[in-house]
Amino acid sequence: MSSAHPAIELLGLTKTFGSIVANQDIDLTVYNGEILALLGENGSGKTTLMNMLSGIYKPDAGKILVNGREVNIRSPHDAIALGIGMIHQHFKLVDVLSVQDNIVLGTTGHYANRRQLAREIRNLCDRFGLHIDPSRKVYTLSVSEKQTVEILKVLYRGARTLVLDEPTAVLTPQEIERLFAILRKMRDEGCAIIIITHKLNEVLEISDRVTILRRGRCIGTVNTRETSARELTERMVGAAVDLSIHRPEPLRNAPMLDVHHLTVVNQDGVKALDDVNFSIAAGEILGVAGVAGSGQKELCEAIAGLQPIAGGAILCEHISLEGLSPREIIRRGVSMSFIPEDRLGMGLVASMGMVDNMLLKEYQNQPGALVDRAPARDLANRLVKELNISTPGVYTPVRKLSGGNVQKVLLGREIASNPRILITAYPVRGLDINSSMTIYRMLNEQKQKGVAILYIGEDLDVLLELCDRIMVLCGGRVTGIVDANLVTKEQIGLMMTGSSMEEAMENV
Amino acid sequence: MAEGIWFNFILAAIPAGMPLLLGTLGEILTEKAGNLNLGVEGMMYMGAIFGFLGGFYTNSAVVALLMAFGGGLLGALIYAFLTVTLKANQNVTGLTLTIFGTGLAALIGENLLAGGSVSVAFSDELKAAFGSLRIPVLSEIPYVGPLLFSNNIFVIIGVICAVAMGLYLNHTRRGLNLRAVGENPGAADAAGVNVTLYKYVHILLGGGICGLGGGYVCFVTCNGAWVQNCVNGLGWIAVALVIFACWSPYRAIIGSLVFGALSVLQFYKPDFLRDVSAPIFSMLPFLVTAIVLVITSIRMSREKVQPKGCGVNYDREER
Repeated sequence: MSSAHPAIELLGLTKTFGSIVANQDIDLTVYNGEILALLGENGSGKTTLMNMLSGIYKPDAGKILVNGREVNIRSPHDAIALGIGMIHQHFKLVDVLSVQDNIVLGTTGHYANRRQLAREIRNLCDRFGLHIDPSRKVYTLSVSEKQTVEILKVLYRGARTLVLDEPTAVLTPQEIERLFAILRKMRDEGCAIIIITHKLNEVLEISDRVTILRRGRCIGTVNTRETSARELTERMVGAAVDLSIHRPEPLRNAPMLDVHHLTVVNQDGVKALDDVNFSIAAGEILGVAGVAGSGQKELCEAIAGLQPIAGGAILCEHISLEGLSPREIIRRGVSMSFIPEDRLGMGLVASMGMVDNMLLKEYQNQPGALVDRAPARDLANRLVKELNISTPGVYTPVRKLSGGNVQKVLLGREIASNPRILITAYPVRGLDINSSMTIYRMLNEQKQKGVAILYIGEDLDVLLELCDRIMVLCGGRVTGIVDANLVTKEQIGLMMTGSSMEEAMENV
Repeated sequence: MAEGIWFNFILAAIPAGMPLLLGTLGEILTEKAGNLNLGVEGMMYMGAIFGFLGGFYTNSAVVALLMAFGGGLLGALIYAFLTVTLKANQNVTGLTLTIFGTGLAALIGENLLAGGSVSVAFSDELKAAFGSLRIPVLSEIPYVGPLLFSNNIFVIIGVICAVAMGLYLNHTRRGLNLRAVGENPGAADAAGVNVTLYKYVHILLGGGICGLGGGYVCFVTCNGAWVQNCVNGLGWIAVALVIFACWSPYRAIIGSLVFGALSVLQFYKPDFLRDVSAPIFSMLPFLVTAIVLVITSIRMSREKVQPKGCGVNYDREER
């Protein structure tokens, strides 16, 4: 690698947002023909750093060198002109436009007609082994197809440096393999690739070198071949971390939640859930695996009473929840907590402080027309202490808290109401390793108290370690419910893409 | 001759719908850039009064038209500076622009009329310039000729504007970039489109076109005389027509024709409606606007809806 030219050199980059220093004096080098992993906890400044490279943010200080020449990147347009392409974690695609329109968007090139452009895109697809129909509208695409479009966008612009921000978060294991194959191919063609990810096994698998950030500072760069997951974590967190998830034996009591032949029709009139059957015992964690949009959201919302069900029944300790609103469900003595996917949209009120967010769940139990904030304040203070929530104060709007702390607030509030059933959708999405571990520990504590937990997750490694059983959804149907001890990640991946449980289990 | 009445009805509907068409087109262009400008009424007033001043003092049709365009553009410039550069709330800014434009036109108009004269108006030759044109040869074509080519100059401007805008939006790279800016400015920005520039250019152009609509009200509807409160809610109907037209310039032609027809219906009402009083007919365009808004808000189609970025200001560095 030493003979290769550095494609990008970042020297002493600094970026502050108000009083928060996101990046402090960061140096980073990536060579042509290598894959560099950028590793760090949430809020360590990985995305900020890459956004400076791609022209979204302007650095406050420092230099950027492209191919050894100092450049001034003022906008994404400049970055593209320098051959830098970024694939953002939240895709930057226009839903109502076609794949082709999204790819040529913003390019000034020649005035080719649609058919010529379609041919160019097809040629590009063939070269890198991608598959996509250029005439399809983006909103009809699956998540992995959208990512393909993002990759094509970058390739079409002739990027020689590719930045990927958490590209694997929403993909199945098979799709991740395919993505990695494309990245390796690009590396072999001489491109420089920077990949941001939380997942250590992926870092070890794909990268040549790893640069580690901690709290906005560069901790160092190591060769992937000479390191281990343990060393990387320690450097990333700054302390030794126990990476194993403890799984207490399930109590396997009587079933707490029974779902029979549940069918849910979404707004577009399509069956989002089709004949779903399962039950969760008290003191058990049932994991749900599936590609994003396989009906997980509808499942949670149907159980929580937020989504009307078209057929079937949901029984909680033999009480039917069909047709009841969330408040009626609570009134009938079914105590259930729902940790939605969209924490600040559905779970908490972003502009309110912790106290008022506690009050939202509390006030119904108070008599009279006026609310008493004292119990809510006490609860908020208790949570801050018990869960180590870092916040300037219990009255600070929760949107100003980091992702991990927001999740602790939400989970803490829900657990404080002593639920019998806990529904959690992607509770560790976007959280770093330390916060994730705290959430797992909290869930396990609830499990041991005899709570039935439905855990919707995306990281299969975690599902396999944390859950007792795993239900796999594909296109709104259950492809199988398996014991987490008796299944591999690959088998679950196959079931996620529609293979039956029998077919998947033959694949050892 | 029933056919003759129908033909005359449509012939009358075209000029009646023209200010609506211009207002609607201007707002479509603005919304395609991701900005909801509720100041159409105000920009039309500004176009009307500036256009009138231009025509009144220079006696030139070209200057009158340019000033009308410029009046709307000036209103849009205020709006664009506040919302795009200073990131002010679009709804509030637009509403304020309506109040500002209406007030400004009334203030200047009041001063014009305070000179002692009962009315101020264009010279007769300038009035004639905005009267019906007869384009040789083309106006001889049966039906199409009288409809399109022997009407006033604005009809040609309006239709050309609509068609050109349709082609621009759907068939050019710039149009594609503009639609992306309106739908998802973040995506457009990341793809290398200059979002601020696109927003400014199209908000200003849109305002100018709205201004021409205001000019029409003054030059044609009011016969080149300044009449206080001349725009009288047309700008609001234009905002609603944008929804009726599903953000398509082509459909805006049909929509403005329908609303033009509604507003002249009272002069062509069939015999059995003779006893219905005139105010009910005057109310029709507004009533239909309300009904259209209700119906279109029920109908959900993914592609024929308001650009998704509308109403939200784009800030690249926002976290």
